[in-house]
Amino acid sequence: MSITQSIVDAVCERAAGRPVRTVSVRVGMLTAVVPDSMRFCFDLTTAGTVAEGAALEIEQPPGTAHCMACSEDFTLADLVLLCPCGSADVRITSGQELQIISMRVG
Amino acid sequence: MCGTCGCSGGSEGGGGTRIAVPHTHPHGGETITLEQRVLAKNEDLAAGNRAWLAEQGIVAVNLMSSPGAGKTTLLERTIRDFVGHRPVSVIEGDQETTLDADRIKRAGSTVVQVNTGAGCHLDAEMMRDALTTLTPPAGSLVLVENVGNLVCPALFDLGERSRVVIISVTEGTDKPLKYPYMFAAADLVIVNKIDLLPYVDFDVARCEEYARSVNPGLTVLALSATTGEGMRSWYDWVAERY
Ligand SMILES: [Zn+2]
Repeated sequence: MSITQSIVDAVCERAAGRPVRTVSVRVGMLTAVVPDSMRFCFDLTTAGTVAEGAALEIEQPPGTAHCMACSEDFTLADLVLLCPCGSADVRITSGQELQIISMRVG
Repeated sequence: MCGTCGCSGGSEGGGGTRIAVPHTHPHGGETITLEQRVLAKNEDLAAGNRAWLAEQGIVAVNLMSSPGAGKTTLLERTIRDFVGHRPVSVIEGDQETTLDADRIKRAGSTVVQVNTGAGCHLDAEMMRDALTTLTPPAGSLVLVENVGNLVCPALFDLGERSRVVIISVTEGTDKPLKYPYMFAAADLVIVNKIDLLPYVDFDVARCEEYARSVNPGLTVLALSATTGEGMRSWYDWVAERY
């Protein structure tokens, strides 16, 4: 809830009174944020603000990682850090994003 | 309908599909690019806290768990055992009550209670305000008891030195796989209530293995805050942070 509240606060601040039509956010697959509950919270927290009724677009980059042992890049379905080669020495390269990309006003 | 702005231009496929194709927006409006991290504000405040704590030589440890893992008991025992060695103060995050704060106070520590109300975690701003009220002495230990919840606290940096997750043997062995974000963000896992191991179905080694699968660098300590068994390794771990 407070994640969504931070988004709405930032958006309303930048909108400077203009009505907000669309908000685009990037929520990586490896974050603890669930898009459905974010939508639900978004509708609740925008009520009565300039962003009331705005559409929320959620882009979800997949989880990817780079293996230090075999140098392969691979997809991570969850946070279990294990390369197909068997090594656990991996570095997450995407999927942990939590950003506001843009918004459309007016 | 346009999938980007909701206008009626640029439709493809019809029937309510929302595929955006390049088109103009006769209704005007303006797209503002933000490209900003959602937690940027929290992270800035956390960095401020971290710098202040480092300057004062204060070590802050953020303790997180599900409700009932025995966090408050662990804190009480830690405070009692630290009395005379190093000053300890506590920031107690609680949704409503002051029950835990009262227990901490009785154990002999200065405590500041932060009521988060509907909030399910502490954030860097609450941490800053609590530190201002607490005014911990230079070189002391500040233990932060986060709200009992294994999801949201993982997302909020408080500016602490270390993050500790406490689970008890009365919970499932697979807890680290159910709450991977929390375990991925932790520096230490404490498996508490090991005095109950003969009566419950909990595999410490397997739990440790699961925790390492999401965080290979993790330290895992098994102890009982009730009997005191294993507490020494926890104190040694704290001492290493200084
Ligand atoms: Zn590999």
